Amino acid sequence: MKEQNLADLEAAFNEKLKQDIRIEPKDWMPDAYRKTLIRQISQHAHSEIVGMLPEGNWITRAPNLRRKAVLLAKVQDEAGHGQYLYSAMETLGFSREQSIDDMHTGKAKYSSIFNYPTLTWADMGAVGWLVDGAAIMNQVPLCRTSYGPYARAMVRICKEESFHQRQGYEIMCTLMKGSEDQKAMAQDALNRFWWPALMMFGPSDAESTHTQQSIDWKIKRHTNDELRQMFVDASVPQAQLIGLTIPDPDLKWNEERGHYDFGEIDWEEFKQVVSGNGPCNAERIAARVKAKEEGMWVREAAMAYAEKKKAKKAS
Amino acid sequence: MKNNLFTYTLRIADDSLILGQRLSEWCGHGPIIEEDIALTNIALDLIGQATSLLEYAAVAENKGRSADDLAFLRFENQYFNTQLVEQKNGDFAVTIVRQWIFDTFRLPFYEALQHSSDKQLAAIAEKSLKETKYHWKHSSEWIIRMGDGTEESNKRVNDALILLWKFSDELFYMDDVDKELISQGIAVDLETLRPAFNERIHYVLQQATLQLPDSKWKLSGGRQGRHTEHFGHLIAEMQYMQRAYPNMEW
Ligand SMILES: [Fe+2]
Ligand SMILES: [Fe+2]
Ligand SMILES: [Fe+2]
Repeated sequence: MKEQNLADLEAAFNEKLKQDIRIEPKDWMPDAYRKTLIRQISQHAHSEIVGMLPEGNWITRAPNLRRKAVLLAKVQDEAGHGQYLYSAMETLGFSREQSIDDMHTGKAKYSSIFNYPTLTWADMGAVGWLVDGAAIMNQVPLCRTSYGPYARAMVRICKEESFHQRQGYEIMCTLMKGSEDQKAMAQDALNRFWWPALMMFGPSDAESTHTQQSIDWKIKRHTNDELRQMFVDASVPQAQLIGLTIPDPDLKWNEERGHYDFGEIDWEEFKQVVSGNGPCNAERIAARVKAKEEGMWVREAAMAYAEKKKAKKAS
Repeated sequence: MKNNLFTYTLRIADDSLILGQRLSEWCGHGPIIEEDIALTNIALDLIGQATSLLEYAAVAENKGRSADDLAFLRFENQYFNTQLVEQKNGDFAVTIVRQWIFDTFRLPFYEALQHSSDKQLAAIAEKSLKETKYHWKHSSEWIIRMGDGTEESNKRVNDALILLWKFSDELFYMDDVDKELISQGIAVDLETLRPAFNERIHYVLQQATLQLPDSKWKLSGGRQGRHTEHFGHLIAEMQYMQRAYPNMEW
């Protein structure tokens, strides 16, 4: 009887997937599906929050008032993205606090790109153009992901990410129209961010452990390598248009495939950065832990005050 | 030749600019995500106000300087913000107390400036007032939560009051610039704002179970371009790009 029940539930779940009906929080779902979503959504949420740090690094040094305001607004958007994503994750029965603690101990990951430093103003261009650009490639298909709250969060987020991508590219365009120093600054930023941006799509399909199951569950719609190729194909002409050189000697258009061929990613670097040995991993985590610890008394005060208010109302 | 409208507008602009700059240091480091968003949002409003005011100051000056030139290319003693807004962020209590004192002043100030005979200043005040109402609500609520929260939060907010209250009086500083513009119906007579300011301060402190520090000692100098020691560092950071790469488009 019980087994029959489970089989029915599973059949209903699969039928929904087949018909592209969204899975909602109260629906039955396989444990592994739930776990995969928790892992993916929390990773995404952590990326938004940690991602505030490399860009926050340049707000106080933005070169003019307009750029300062635009950068502030962008970083504020990222905080908002983190907030929606944590809420989507919480619908799966996993708490924001637990998930943040897991990030602080290294148990939960965030995008490896944020472990690279932002060294010049041009990095604000490169990050917006390439990092938000890569995020869009990853995320636009997620607007159709099978889990309802995640899909809805992504719709909202993608609109803002594409705005960020255009702003970043616009910074690069302005630099490439400027002085020799400015052009060199833009090229240097591209040189440093190109390969890490390609790594944002994760391991190659041959190495990826989660991809096939995620595609069957319609969580993911494309493989890592497909998304990476889409990103390269979109970014190369944008670089060329403004006179930037992609730092890859093997890059060339393949007429037959209708895509760009590109060189091999340094997978050892990827592995090292993901496992905690990137240039800024320790700093990023330390900054988040510090914010949490120094904010403890603030959160306690807010809770204590809310309790007092409630008690007063009750009496 | 002195240019009163320029100086007057610049003083208001600099308060917004420098406080916006200070608040933006919090970005990514707030005690909760919601506060990261709120503090960034306030910083964004203040930078927006500073931009409108500096654009108008540049017009009033009429010497070919732009708003960005004014924001990024003056020397320390040519900034006329009050010393309150340049004070370091400290902990969350210091940041909020600094904000709250400022917001409590800005609220009646913009209410009055809306009626300025200078149409441009009146328009900026009207728009900024909407933002300031939200800022004041936000900072006041936190003063109350911290004051009437835990023992630790009460101590921290109280310490912050002791640290910052002595800078509050400079917000009411007036000199000949103000007096001449008041007579033309352009500037706000800041003395008239004191009752509203004091009333709001006491209203919030009472709910927060807090009191003002005993000391009546007051500090000032910002309006004359005399700043505290850490102001030079703030300016050095803010001006870095414009100083390192002069005369470029960004
Ligand atoms: Fe984002
Ligand atoms: Fe994202
Ligand atoms: Fe973004």
